[in-house]
Amino acid sequence: MSVTVYVPNDSAAIGVGAHDTAEAIARIAAERGISLRLVRNGSRGLFWLEPLVEVVTPEGRIGYGPVEAHDVASLFDAGFLQGGAHRLRVGLPEDIPYLARQQRLSFRRVGLIDPLSIADYEAHGGGRGLRSALQAQPAGLVEEITTSGLRGRGGAAFPAGIKWKTVLNAPAAQKYVVCNADEGDSGTFSDRMILEGDPFTLIEGMAIAGVAVGATEGYIYLRSEYPHAEGILKAALRNAEAAGYLGENLLGSGRRFRLHLRRGAGAYICGEETAMLESLEGKRGMVRPKPPIPALSGLWGRPTLIHNVMTLAAVPSIIDQGGAHYAGFGAGRSRGTLPFQLAGNLRRGGLVEVAFGVTLRELLYDFGGGSASGRPIRAVQVGGPLGAFLPESKFDTPLDYEAFVAAGGMVGHGGIVAFDDTVDMARMARYAMEFCAIESCGKCTPCRIGSTRGVEVIDRVIQGRQRAENLALLRDLCDTLTNASLCAMGGLTPSPVLSALTHFPEDFHRTPVPGAPARASRTIRRH
Amino acid sequence: MESRPEASNLPEAPGSRREVLASIDAVIEGRRALPGALLPILHGIQDALGHVPADSVPRVAEALNLSQAEVHGVLSFYHDFRTSPPGRHILRLCRAEACLAMGCEALETHLHQRHRLEFHGTTPDGGVTLEPVYCLGNCACAPSVMVDGEVRGRVTSQKLDQWIGGFRSNGGGAR
Repeated sequence: MSVTVYVPNDSAAIGVGAHDTAEAIARIAAERGISLRLVRNGSRGLFWLEPLVEVVTPEGRIGYGPVEAHDVASLFDAGFLQGGAHRLRVGLPEDIPYLARQQRLSFRRVGLIDPLSIADYEAHGGGRGLRSALQAQPAGLVEEITTSGLRGRGGAAFPAGIKWKTVLNAPAAQKYVVCNADEGDSGTFSDRMILEGDPFTLIEGMAIAGVAVGATEGYIYLRSEYPHAEGILKAALRNAEAAGYLGENLLGSGRRFRLHLRRGAGAYICGEETAMLESLEGKRGMVRPKPPIPALSGLWGRPTLIHNVMTLAAVPSIIDQGGAHYAGFGAGRSRGTLPFQLAGNLRRGGLVEVAFGVTLRELLYDFGGGSASGRPIRAVQVGGPLGAFLPESKFDTPLDYEAFVAAGGMVGHGGIVAFDDTVDMARMARYAMEFCAIESCGKCTPCRIGSTRGVEVIDRVIQGRQRAENLALLRDLCDTLTNASLCAMGGLTPSPVLSALTHFPEDFHRTPVPGAPARASRTIRRH
Repeated sequence: MESRPEASNLPEAPGSRREVLASIDAVIEGRRALPGALLPILHGIQDALGHVPADSVPRVAEALNLSQAEVHGVLSFYHDFRTSPPGRHILRLCRAEACLAMGCEALETHLHQRHRLEFHGTTPDGGVTLEPVYCLGNCACAPSVMVDGEVRGRVTSQKLDQWIGGFRSNGGGAR
């Protein structure tokens, strides 16, 4: 019987050589006349170990990592197909504390299964949610989501049950379910890992949502920066349709749900739900004023249930195991788990799905192992480019939506980017304004013009020109952006700027370097 | 209504205007029936030709019953679409926060000083185009770049030199 070997087909693993490793394993096995089954799985999310090769043995799946192509011959020599000793052997991945301490609900299959195999998916509990949904009443499904306490994982944390109920009760001949897979926040990659590692979970979640709210058509809006995920998702859609998870006759029930994939075109603003709808309709990604809310008038003016990938990926297990089970995890009004993403300057970056309530310090040090550079962590940005920069004094804040807002932050999509003490926070504040200038849709004036003025004002501060006056002007400008912007892009850009100014004022008062160019401004290109 | 660019009396050569127009029309025909077809069509043209030639605009506008201004508005809104051909290889350097935390600005400086590459610019030999990108979802392995559509993590200036050197030594090859 041939041995099964797993090598991840996740783009982060490929980015550090997983394809070369897989090829080397296949080639050397052929040379030595060894028969093995090579499965390309998703990533376990322990990225410092990637490429993480796993071998199925009677003792379980034994991991070796990071395995580069030039390590492969020595692995064969060490008898890794029998779990043999080697300097890269890490034992059973689930015994590694980083993984052992997690509570994986949405990610429970990622890294374990062949992402494109329906048989593998069902062998690991997939499909049960849709099967029970097809037996249930729509109102009962909505009730289950409400009971779970699930809130939108894209960043806004709006209670999912309320959205489902609104769409269910909206009378219309055609309704839609739209998945926002425009994961643009720096420091986030959980959507990508699901799309590449367990796409059927998202597909099943969307089919359940369609059955619950009465929508027969769905769209996935996927950012163009994820071409590898697009390839996997396309294949997954074909396989799901062939297995009856999509199409005209869901699992033989006679119910219909068709799902279409659309590619974005490199616009951060299209992660904002109404800009995304415009883009899906074939227009510029300009934000729509609300009301009307998309739940009542969304895609092509029809009632539309819009959720982030992670929200929809949580749905199958909620319907399968019941809303109360999911609500059993978490803290305060933040129920369930959140896949946090540890990124930037950390020794052990990766995916950490735990219940709400974990502190930033636990994530940064217990999981993340401190900075990659070995220098002190000085600032952490939580919640993407519109999230606040937090200093060490805030590291004990529990990560739940309300506690974090109280601490001046935002959990957002759960991205956590660490910076060591070489960071210049005035430059980070400038970057936040510059990013807003580059990515603003241009619909509202505070965001479109205020962001460019913000870059200029911060440049004058950095250059030491009339600092007190310009800092007062910057605060005034931020006040305008916060209160007068149409959406969160302009409305939250002041968050990184002001938090940098509040917590790291010394960086705004450094002696200017004569003639230091503000080079980054070259990237602002006008439409 | 402007008349369609006339294709019939153009010379037939590989990559000729006639072939380009035929590719554009094939993409339009294949996708015009999709709801919200404009982005899928523009993507299809760029996937086929490497850019969206100006000739596309009136043809797409006519097929979708839009004004040329509307098509141009969408084409120019999205960062992905380009209206002129890029270099033979495309290097996208992430300059978002996680990569900033791991030194992507030094890579930008290196590309500028060593390879005379600026964002949105192409090396003088037409070999490599450099574009900024805001997150590749590879933030635990920063700094990241995308080389001809494939993500690379834990990038160093030495690796950049290797790739760019490799592009030159193999004469550029197709993307």
